[in-house]
Amino acid sequence: MEPRTTPALLYLDGVTVTFDGFRAINNLSLAIEPGEMRAIIGPNGAGKTTMMDIVTGKTRPDKGDVYFDGIHDLTRLDEAEIAALGIGRKFQKPTVFESHSVEDNLRLALKGDRTVRATLFWRDSGEEQARIARILEITRLLPFRTRPAGSLSHGQKQWLEIGMLLAQEPKLLLVDEPVAGMTDAETMQTVELLREINRERSVVVVEHDMAFVRELGVKVTVLHEGSVLAEGSLDQVSADPRVIEVYLGR
Amino acid sequence: MPRLARLIALAFAVGLSLAPRPADARPLEAALAKFAADSFGETEAAIAATAASGDARAATIIAALQEGRLLFDPESRKVFIKEGARLVDAATGAAIGAPPAPLKPVRLNNRLRRAAEAALGGLTLLARDPGKRLEAAQAVFRSRDAGALDALDAAIARETEPRVKRALEEARAAVRLYTRGASAQEKLAAVAVIRGRGDQDALALLAGLPPDTPDVVKAAAADAIASIKGTLALWAALQNAWYGLSLGSVLLLAAIGLAITFGVMGVINMAHGEMVMLGAYTTFVVQEAIRTHNPALFDYALMIAVPLAFLVAGLVGVLIERGIIRFLYGRPLETLLATWGLSLILQQAVRTAFGPTNREVGAPSWMSGAFELGQLTITYNRLWIVCFGLSVFAALLAMLRFTRLGLEMRAVTQNRAMAASMGIRTGRIDALTFGLGSGIAGIAGVALSQIDNVSPNLGQGYIIDSFMVVVFGGVGNLWGTLVGALTLGVANKFLEPFAGAVLGKIAILVLIILFIQKRPRGLFALKGRAVEA
Amino acid sequence: MRSAFLLTRTLDRGATVFLALILALAVAVPALNLLAPPSSPLHVPTYVMALFGKYLCYALLALAIDLIWGYCGILSLGHGAFFALGGYAMGMYLMRQIGPRGVYAHPVLPDFMVFLNWKELPWYWYGFDMFWFAALMVVLVPGLLAFVFGWFAFRSRVSGVYLSIITQALTYALMLGFFRNNFGFGGNNGLTDFKDILGFSVQAQGTRAALFALSALAVAGGFLLCRAIIASKLGKVLVAIRDAEARVRFLGYRVESYKLFVFTLSACMAGVAGALYVPQVGIINPSEFAPANSIEAVIWVAVGGRGTLTGAVMGAILVNYAKTYFTSGALAPYWLFVLGALFVAVTLLLPRGVVGTWRHWRAERQKTLAARREAQRAAAAQPAE
Repeated sequence: MEPRTTPALLYLDGVTVTFDGFRAINNLSLAIEPGEMRAIIGPNGAGKTTMMDIVTGKTRPDKGDVYFDGIHDLTRLDEAEIAALGIGRKFQKPTVFESHSVEDNLRLALKGDRTVRATLFWRDSGEEQARIARILEITRLLPFRTRPAGSLSHGQKQWLEIGMLLAQEPKLLLVDEPVAGMTDAETMQTVELLREINRERSVVVVEHDMAFVRELGVKVTVLHEGSVLAEGSLDQVSADPRVIEVYLGR
Repeated sequence: MPRLARLIALAFAVGLSLAPRPADARPLEAALAKFAADSFGETEAAIAATAASGDARAATIIAALQEGRLLFDPESRKVFIKEGARLVDAATGAAIGAPPAPLKPVRLNNRLRRAAEAALGGLTLLARDPGKRLEAAQAVFRSRDAGALDALDAAIARETEPRVKRALEEARAAVRLYTRGASAQEKLAAVAVIRGRGDQDALALLAGLPPDTPDVVKAAAADAIASIKGTLALWAALQNAWYGLSLGSVLLLAAIGLAITFGVMGVINMAHGEMVMLGAYTTFVVQEAIRTHNPALFDYALMIAVPLAFLVAGLVGVLIERGIIRFLYGRPLETLLATWGLSLILQQAVRTAFGPTNREVGAPSWMSGAFELGQLTITYNRLWIVCFGLSVFAALLAMLRFTRLGLEMRAVTQNRAMAASMGIRTGRIDALTFGLGSGIAGIAGVALSQIDNVSPNLGQGYIIDSFMVVVFGGVGNLWGTLVGALTLGVANKFLEPFAGAVLGKIAILVLIILFIQKRPRGLFALKGRAVEA
Repeated sequence: MRSAFLLTRTLDRGATVFLALILALAVAVPALNLLAPPSSPLHVPTYVMALFGKYLCYALLALAIDLIWGYCGILSLGHGAFFALGGYAMGMYLMRQIGPRGVYAHPVLPDFMVFLNWKELPWYWYGFDMFWFAALMVVLVPGLLAFVFGWFAFRSRVSGVYLSIITQALTYALMLGFFRNNFGFGGNNGLTDFKDILGFSVQAQGTRAALFALSALAVAGGFLLCRAIIASKLGKVLVAIRDAEARVRFLGYRVESYKLFVFTLSACMAGVAGALYVPQVGIINPSEFAPANSIEAVIWVAVGGRGTLTGAVMGAILVNYAKTYFTSGALAPYWLFVLGALFVAVTLLLPRGVVGTWRHWRAERQKTLAARREAQRAAAAQPAE
């Protein structure tokens, strides 16, 4: 294995992606420290989701480096390998397995052997039950344990997905618009949930909702046209004239 | 018409130089008299004299001699030709009522037969019609009759038509190569001429040179054979490319409608082949109606059938979309099954209405026959289908680009919600788009009725190929369909000589399957996030 | 111990009842055919037994398709190819069993090879004189083809209709190939005129009864196997792949391995179905590869209910019974209308299939019943307070 090149947990340097001549990501550089929570904001088309696609292996960059933990070159791995390294992702639209029960959704996400053979000869164990119960508690889904995930409300699906991420026990969570379509109360609960998660893991949150970002109170990165426009606390970036021009002051 | 003027001038020149004037006591009469001598020697002289007379009737007379229809009256020494039941005067061609006396046929032996043939060959080499001269030259090329050499020389000297002149020279070369008398020099020159001809006949000629041919000539011939083979291979490749182009345009016609319904709308229409079949049957019905009511219009049947086939198949397409497919958007696998069911129903309906056997769709006169281009043989029906396929493609492209309907179609396929909010009635556009794709399949049916059996199963043969073309070219890209169809057509035809038709087809299928592995979205894939959305 | 556990996990009440029914059929039908005298009302005529034996083979094919389509969302339009390959492997064994009793009485070569002036057996016919070898090939050949094909297809993420269409192209290519005489599988006519299997005449009533029983057992076995897979965590992963493939990938599962496993297994099951089919119908020819056959098999599953194993079995038997009923009488010209209408009607009106709809209806009813009970209890509890 190559020697560690950077202390950062996630390290992007000079990443560029082009779709049919359109530069979705343009020379993007970004570093997330271990244990950090980072909010990423930016107008539509700024490249937020594409950045997540690159980190999770869905899209390959044309050029640039993407390192995880300083040693794993993410541009050479596929989704499953990246997930196995400890990067979890929550989609913009909540995607849970609708015909499975809430419990089974979490069971599939639980960290463990993911080979065909292991799942074929899998047996339910008490230890697994306990882990599931704990996550159900954290995500306030205990009463819905045996309900099909498809019958949950929108907010509950969001939490179930976050719960699935927890079950994966990743080092880094990528969370895409977690509070879209949530009530204010649910949004506040989500803030708490993310803080809770951040105690043990690094989190990258992409969000439009400014109130939510302010509530999180973490370092903010502003993306614009595929590269970093500004970085700092929310107050700092809000004061940046360029940010005001492209994003806040519309 | 300078060419015609030249021909006339030539005819006069020939008349002046070779043939004594008819007024001059008719040398033909003298020649004919020799036929009546009833001796082989005299007859031979008579043949030569007749040929030399330059008289317009010379060829008729010698031909009659060959066929044993030349008779003579031993009394009057007059010669006659039997034409069926009629009897004509050999010299004038005037009909004779009854024979003056019992007539005897002019007898022939093998020597005389050869002489007659050579003389006749020589005579037609001088015929006025360039087509006749060409034919005669080619006949000599094949027979390599040494007796024709003099006639050839004479003809070459006078020939002005380059095409005919070349044929004459080739004939002379062929004769020389097979006559013992010719010098090595002459033979070498002959090899060069034959080499220039460069076709299969030339190859056969050079390969079968007589054993006493001088070594230099043999060497030159071997050299020429190698060169001709190279040329022939090139022509064969060209011919193959043409066949491939023709197959490709058939595939294009079959697939282009699918490129709309599957490629643009994303609807898997397994009944697409049946739309083609409906178009073919429409052609059949139109032709039958014309045959019974107005046979004079027969040649225009296809032109009438094209819009009708478009309407019939398009209408059925609209009905299918409104009746079934619109309930299944976003469920491609279900769409696939439902439309497969439809294809069964349509096939069986046509089978019930028209019977299970093949129906005969005639070819109009302008689509029959073939012409040669160098060493390519190009049939008119294939040529028309290539043109037709490309023009349908161009028309479709123009329609999508320049009409209001095309604009709305593109809008709906790119962003349905946005289009709807701008006041486009998306349901109507869906139905029309599907109708358009189906209608184009119907048009394809008109063309395919010319080269395939019109039967209820017609469409089945094209459905897999069409999907392969669209998938190979890249879904949602019309140019991809064009390139895909032509590539697959040509590849198919180039594989056939090595693998045979069936194995070639299998090889293509396997190659496409492998290709899809490499580029799952086809040759001209769309990229970006939108693809998976 | 472990297998016993697997079994209890596998069988719920419905599955047990269904399994018992199939096993009862496996015993009762042959018994009533062999033991009840023809005059008895209980007698099962041999032709009926042969017919239903054929349906059972189709049912096993339907199970194989349901396993990948109903539970993993892979719609194969080429499963008829695996069925036919299994059938050809068995047919080759049966051909070799004819020995010198063929028309040309050649000790080794089957008739069609003698007819084609072949002098010796092609290498790929070696070994098929032994039953164990043929039985192995019945599973291996379709399995291997499915593995190689699936390895390419799933690794490059060909899915949805693209996969359906290339599976269809696969069976189409095989059909073209098997139609050729020089492929060495009897060309157009295929393999037929079988004499005996393991020393028993294929025509004999006893052999037919045994084949029926075997087919029923195979369906039962296939059913158990599918149940075991679905009840395992692997089954849950498969359903998850069907519902949200990308999500499964981001959870760290290698989707292609799962698909490849279940696709290959399904092909092996189809091969076994084909192998049981051939001695019962007495012929295998290239038309079995026709794409239409594969799609027809898919509609059996759709009619019965995709994602329900009992539905797949019942769908296969129902549709094929209807086919026999229609095509054997004056209604024959209308069968294709019926079949076509079935495709349209099931996808539009009954997307869950017969069994699926029934289960759905029952679940809904139970839910309303439970709600009503709850309300009654609440109403009863109130005055007491």
